[in-house]
Amino acid sequence: MNWISNYVRPKINSLFSRQDTPDNLWTKCKECGTMLFHRELADNQNVCTNCDHHMHITPRARFAALFDGGIFTEVAVPAVVEDPLKFRDQKKYPDRMKAAQKATGEKDAMLVAEGEMGRTPIVAAAQDFSFMGGSMGMYVGNAFIAGVERAIELKRPFVMFSAAGGARMQEGILSLMQMPRTTVAIEMLKEANLPYIVVLTHPTTGGVTASYAMLGDVQIAEPNALICFAGPRVIEQTIREKLPEGFQRAEYLLDHGMLDRVTHRTKLKDELVTILRMLGGLPPAVVADLPAPSKTPELVAPTDDADQSPVVTDSEKA
Amino acid sequence: MTHYLEFEKPLAEIEGKAEELRAMARANEDMDVEKEALALDAKAEAMLVDMYKTLTPWRKCQVARHPDRPHCAEYIEALFTEYTPLAGDRNFADDHAIMGGLARFNDQPVMVIGHEKGNDTKSRIERNFGMARPEGYRKAVRLMELADKFGIPVIALVDTPGAYPGKGAEERGQSEAIARSTQKCLQLSVPLIAVIIGEGGSGGAVAFAAANKVAMLEHSIYSVITPEGCASILWKDAGKMREAAEAMRLTAQELKELAVIDHIIAEPLGGAQRDREATIASVGKAIADLLAPLSNQTPENLVKSRRKKFLDIGSKGLAA
Ligand SMILES: [Zn+2]
Repeated sequence: MNWISNYVRPKINSLFSRQDTPDNLWTKCKECGTMLFHRELADNQNVCTNCDHHMHITPRARFAALFDGGIFTEVAVPAVVEDPLKFRDQKKYPDRMKAAQKATGEKDAMLVAEGEMGRTPIVAAAQDFSFMGGSMGMYVGNAFIAGVERAIELKRPFVMFSAAGGARMQEGILSLMQMPRTTVAIEMLKEANLPYIVVLTHPTTGGVTASYAMLGDVQIAEPNALICFAGPRVIEQTIREKLPEGFQRAEYLLDHGMLDRVTHRTKLKDELVTILRMLGGLPPAVVADLPAPSKTPELVAPTDDADQSPVVTDSEKA
Repeated sequence: MTHYLEFEKPLAEIEGKAEELRAMARANEDMDVEKEALALDAKAEAMLVDMYKTLTPWRKCQVARHPDRPHCAEYIEALFTEYTPLAGDRNFADDHAIMGGLARFNDQPVMVIGHEKGNDTKSRIERNFGMARPEGYRKAVRLMELADKFGIPVIALVDTPGAYPGKGAEERGQSEAIARSTQKCLQLSVPLIAVIIGEGGSGGAVAFAAANKVAMLEHSIYSVITPEGCASILWKDAGKMREAAEAMRLTAQELKELAVIDHIIAEPLGGAQRDREATIASVGKAIADLLAPLSNQTPENLVKSRRKKFLDIGSKGLAA
């Protein structure tokens, strides 16, 4: 970071991410036990300032940090049939949905947006682990496809931030069908010659890993993210032995040739800009936090919406 | 010897009695038991009709997993000629959970790929119960590419509880291997037909079933997770698999209604295990019927219509 970012970042943050983050609340880092003020944590994109533990971050908070000036436009997602299987376990699926919507202020587990990142136009999608474990159902599939279609329309790269406990079990086979559906979208992107970058965040598991999260042109993961098809507990039950330290974590996958890079969350933006500009044949970027593009009146500040503060959790369940 | 499922116990008793009577008659020439035995046969058949008319989803799961159900190897043996297995992923190993190779189907060259579960302890272990590792999916990708290169249709026989959840499988990129196999299905410029002959378990099944036409045997299942797995996650109790099986909509009939599959292949009375030959013949007929109209399509259209088919899932067949 140079002087521009040191100067600009606090200003931007004070405008967009701090607004409804109370100063007097703190969270305990579950890795190192350090007490962190919410503001301090939000300024560091929910990464522990003491031990670099990457906590969950909502799509909105991520986009606020990713897009220039924290400004982005949401891409509309086609509606889906609610509760298509009339699924009921211990609770009714619509009740679980309502609770998740109320808790997160979001429609479902993926947010899609367009905007500029380091003056580089992109379309991005991010999965919301706080919404039913980021699980992939029909809405998530539609969101992914809508993002890809918008990227093709605008001739922009598509950047996917994955986070999911797997498939949305309450949508049964229809959640499984999102594996081929999202893969069709990736094929469309490929035929349009547009880059598809995946950033795998903690945790990315099951059918999500086994479809769009593993098909990127470039595969980047956040440090220590759990990335797997079958979870460690399932494997331990199957093979009846203890798994090695760090098994299925980002660094382990990097060692085993499954990823291109493992990158700290606060360095992701610069890295994505660098890669995308090279893939797009653009000149090098000015490395800095740039203010929002001025000549785009249609862009709205995300803070107009209800819940902008990053959701900070002290217990992260994979 | 017939292998009875738990819910078939009353049937086992009646059929057992009929068999006992006949055995006694064979030992004793003076005995005439035929009338009684025939009455028992009739009773058994009526019970079988009744039982299989209204199989609950959980019972369907049991039938789909029946050890005597015909498996991939038997279909290949009976329906194809000149089967020439092709092995290996050229990177690591040959996965015996996945069979595949060139063969002729009604004289036409095809590539056949499928999960094989094995049928005794030794072969089940060798086949890893039909649970493939990354090298299995990578072998399938290789075979699909070969078929694509020479314009040969691909026929996939799906029968797997799911991809293998093991240490080595994860290290070698199970997720990536499944994702690439699904992707390859969606890239093929030749016809791809998938038949779910037993269990269509999760991503391990989708990896072969992103096909132009997907058919299911009448009592096979296709699901995002096993009912036991679903029960342990959502009910926190694997014993609630009956409830989970009901809720998940994993039967061929329900999946046809949801427009996820295209065709249901009828099974003989009492399930595929009661008449394997007839079942295999029905599957052969279904493959021929599904393949014929695809053979006239252009390569571009095969790709396009396959993609559209999946993009459209969820937009029809669902009650609002
Ligand atoms: Zn910490």
